[in-house]
Amino acid sequence: MKRGFGIKLEHIALAVIGLFIATFLAVSSSGNHEWSGADSQAENVISQITGGTYVPWFSSIYQPPSGEIESLLFALQAAIGSLIIGYFLGYYRAVENAKKDNSARKREG
Amino acid sequence: MHIMEGFLPHPWWEIWFGLSLPVVAYGVYRMNKMIKDSRETLPLLAVAGAFVFVLSSLKLPSVTGSCSHPTGTGMGAILFGPWITSVLAVIVLVYQAVFLAHGGLTTLGANTFSMGIAGPTVGYLVYKAATKARLHLYLSVFLAATLADWATYLVTSIQLALAFPSATGTITSFEAFAAVFAITQIPLAIVEGVVTALMFKYIVALRSDVLLRMNVVTQSTIKRLKEAMS
Repeated sequence: MKRGFGIKLEHIALAVIGLFIATFLAVSSSGNHEWSGADSQAENVISQITGGTYVPWFSSIYQPPSGEIESLLFALQAAIGSLIIGYFLGYYRAVENAKKDNSARKREG
Repeated sequence: MHIMEGFLPHPWWEIWFGLSLPVVAYGVYRMNKMIKDSRETLPLLAVAGAFVFVLSSLKLPSVTGSCSHPTGTGMGAILFGPWITSVLAVIVLVYQAVFLAHGGLTTLGANTFSMGIAGPTVGYLVYKAATKARLHLYLSVFLAATLADWATYLVTSIQLALAFPSATGTITSFEAFAAVFAITQIPLAIVEGVVTALMFKYIVALRSDVLLRMNVVTQSTIKRLKEAMS
């Protein structure tokens, strides 16, 4: 970003993530929190508004049988995504390097 | 931002399906056309889709003491626009609805609208406006991705408020849902914006030629960034 000061985008990203973690630590050390999903909290709001009368008219066709299996499937989702990103960025980087090598060799030869 | 399975009553689930379906259908058409016309965009499309996969799988803790997840759609919106990004979002939403009981098939229309259409549209417009205002490229990406994420959750709050108006009206109901979604999402949206900007930097470094051809960035911007990098 501001190259003149030697600050890179990577530094900013690290700082923001560091701040994010610090916030988490600060919040979790100050009182009890459930750290439940916002989606299920919305469910609570629905039952508050409707006075608990709303009954979901359809339920999930498949429920992961346990929390472990659920996190397995979430991890799988992340793994597939990272694999694809890593593959293509790595591939492009290698092509880029090969091009540089090639042109360097041509200049020498 | 997923509305859980069965949690949208008639007629709302049909309405959101009705609004989302044509957009996704046109998105599929645009995607096929783009792949056919310019094969070199395919890897970037895969990366944008994978980015949604990764980010939407990460449930992160927030200041409110609850967890939520980023959307990852800002990247796709900047690269390919909202039409094609809606298709990428549907893929992830179906995966999570079928295998994870996260979101749902009956609420797929509503969730597609918030995460696949509204968020990316906001991101796309913000990116266009920010680059037009000559903001730094990475700052434009940051703003676009952050606001795309945040807008997604605002729209979810609106969808739930419309379906479940409280005794005092839709607005108070919206406030209740926004208190859950919108505030939790602020720090997450910022992290998503920064990560997206970083990812964008690497794409600029490796495939600025494709970005140029897709009119995502201009020649002069690339030149300036490359000079700064070397």
